[in-house]
Parts: sequence; C-alpha cells; structure tokens
Amino acid sequence: MEVLIEGVMGLAAEPGRIVMMVIGCILMYLGIKKEYEPTLLVPMGLGTILVNIPNSGVLSTGGADGPFQVLFNMGIETELFPLLLFIGIGAMIDFGPLLSNPFLLLFGAAAQFGIFFVIIVATLLGFDIADAASTGIIAAADGPTSIFVANSLGSKYMGAIMVAAYSYMALVPIIQPIAVKAVTTKKERRIRMTYNPRAVSKTAKILFPVIICVVAGLVAPDSLPLVGFLMFGNLLRECGVLNNLSNTAQNELVNLISILLGLCVSVRMQAGEFLQVDTLIVMALGLVGFVMDSVGGVMFAKLLNLFRKEKINPMIGAAGISAFPMSSRVIQKLATEEDPQNFILMQAAGANVAGQIASVVAGGLILGLLL
Amino acid sequence: MSENLVIAVEILGLGWGGIFLVMFVIYLVSLVLSRMFPPENE
Repeated sequence: MEVLIEGVMGLAAEPGRIVMMVIGCILMYLGIKKEYEPTLLVPMGLGTILVNIPNSGVLSTGGADGPFQVLFNMGIETELFPLLLFIGIGAMIDFGPLLSNPFLLLFGAAAQFGIFFVIIVATLLGFDIADAASTGIIAAADGPTSIFVANSLGSKYMGAIMVAAYSYMALVPIIQPIAVKAVTTKKERRIRMTYNPRAVSKTAKILFPVIICVVAGLVAPDSLPLVGFLMFGNLLRECGVLNNLSNTAQNELVNLISILLGLCVSVRMQAGEFLQVDTLIVMALGLVGFVMDSVGGVMFAKLLNLFRKEKINPMIGAAGISAFPMSSRVIQKLATEEDPQNFILMQAAGANVAGQIASVVAGGLILGLLL
Repeated sequence: MSENLVIAVEILGLGWGGIFLVMFVIYLVSLVLSRMFPPENE
C-alpha cells in the first residue's frame, strides 16, 4: 500500500511522467491502428510507459541497472543493435535495378541535402555541432543510421531523434507528395522515361558489396561499421549458397533486434529528458530535413535536365532517400496521377536503393568529420 | 555559434561533396563490373 501511494504521489509530483505515458499510448496507437512502423513504435510505446512509472524497476532495481538499462548499455551504447539490423536490411536489398542503371547512384547523393541543410539551421538555432549533426541525420530517412550517429556523437536528443526518424519514415507517403509537388510543374511530372535495363551478372552482384566496402572504407573509414554490416547482409543474399542465413537475417534477426531496439530506446523517453522545447525543435527540424531531401533530389534532376537531351522526370530525384521501397512507390503514384501510362517505378527504385547506400555513407562521413 | 556555423558549412561542403565522390566512384565501379562480368559469360 505504501508503495502504491508513493507511486501515485510520484506521478502527481511529476505530471511530465503522465504526459510521457500519453505519448507512449499515442505511439502504440500509431503503430497498431495506423500501422506506422508498428515493429518499432509498439515496443517503444509500451517501453515509454514503463520507464515513466516512478521508481520503475525496468531502469534500476535494487541499486543495479534494470533490464531496459542493461539492454540499452549492451545494444545502443555499444551500437550493436543498429548494426545488426543493417545485416537484415542488406539482405533485403536488391542492387539489381541500380547496377543495371548506375547513373541513378547520383540521385542518392543529391537527396541527402536535407541532412546538411538541417545541420546548418540547427546550428543557427544555437544547437552545438554534435546535436545539430545528430538532428540532421534524421533526414537520412534511415533509423539505424540515425541511432548510430546520434549515439556516437553523444546526443542528448536520442529519444526524439529516433521517434522522428521512424515516424517520418512512415509518413513518407504524406510528406513527399507535398514536397515534390511544391517544386515541380505538372509538365515535369508527366515526363516519361524509357527503361532499358542492362542484364546484370551474378558475379557482378556478388562483387558489388565487397567493392563498396573497400571504396567506402578508403574514402570514409568511419562509415565502415554501417557499410560493412549492410554489405555483409547483401553478400549473404547474393552469394547463392547462404540462403538460410539470408532468410534468417531478413526475418528472425530483423524482428528480434526491432523488439529489443524499440524497448531499450525508450530509456531515452523519460519525462525529464524528453519533455523540453528542444525536443519539439529537433522533431520539427527532422521534418524540414525530410522535405529538403526531396527538394534537393528534385532540384539536382532539374539541373541535369539543363544539359540532357533525353529529359529525366525530376521526381526520380526525390526517390533518392533511404526509405525503401516506400519512396519509389510514392513517386510512381505521383507519376500515375499525372499520366496513367507513365511508368517510372524501376528508375525510382534504383534511386531509392542508391539512397540507402548514400545515407550510410553520409552517416560515416559526418562521424569522420566530427570525431 | 559562429564557430559552429563554420563547422556546419564545412560539413555541408565536405560531407555532401564526399557523398557525391563516393557515389561517383561506385558508379564507375558498377560500369567496370558490367564490362568485366557480362551476363552472357555465365
């Protein structure tokens, strides 16, 4: 009874805890009812409730670290969980559309513009450079990279960064059409592109992840944990003799890590840390970053069109973000809205896959420049 | 703040430029791979 009264008094003394519990419920609602990244938002939502109960045993028990804190120390502080997740993501990616049309790689680079735009804006708003860079990386549209970079830079906004990264990724079908329509004309969105894919050999597909590791490692060694794990997953997929491992990486590994990641990240969702004006600014900046990614990609495509005889549909540029395959589907839908016979899905998918490589390279380069 | 802003602009130049550089190298690698290992040979 005494413990109950103490708990209720604790909640009454810190109403922020109740607010966080409501936020936890909203995260679960978004995951369950709206199906926005449920694998992450549902465990994170319940975790947020658990960590905000006064004297919560999930954080500390009997003077020692509780299970959430132990998981956090093991999986996030060591950066193992986001990296292990990358093995599964790598095993899911087919680089075929990209290898058959490698020109699309450049759109992956262009659509990382939002990251750098946000870093500058956050700095102007008074954030220190580590927090500004961690906020900017939300625009990589890549949850594991955001966690990896924010943790490596010791950002105090980890909870907000993670919520923003995953919820905005789920909101790509809403965010991207608005951003793309704002910077393209109907005529531009109707541009048709011929698709002449080159066949890609199995050897090329096997060698590709290995060579990417070497190239990325030489240019940006700090990106190697991210690139290396991503490409290892892809090698499992493409080598043809490890199908069981590839399937395990794509399913069991990703599911298991998502459960643990969602739960232990909620350690950073405690009222004292999360309920600050800065948190709202971080989330708003993340949204701006997502928009500016699309704008950067589109503007790059428009720039190329100035010099090209055969015009590119500039919407392809917006697909150069990491949110795969959602972004390419959104771009195809936008193209079909303007012209039902316009099929640019394969080009968009190529740019989208390029965005996955570019986002991890961006994370590695930022770490290399700041650490 | 101005010191941080200078670093932020540097990150824009070196970071974004670096991504273009890496992606361009990967582009060249992809072309070489396609030439050296055409699917007809498999």
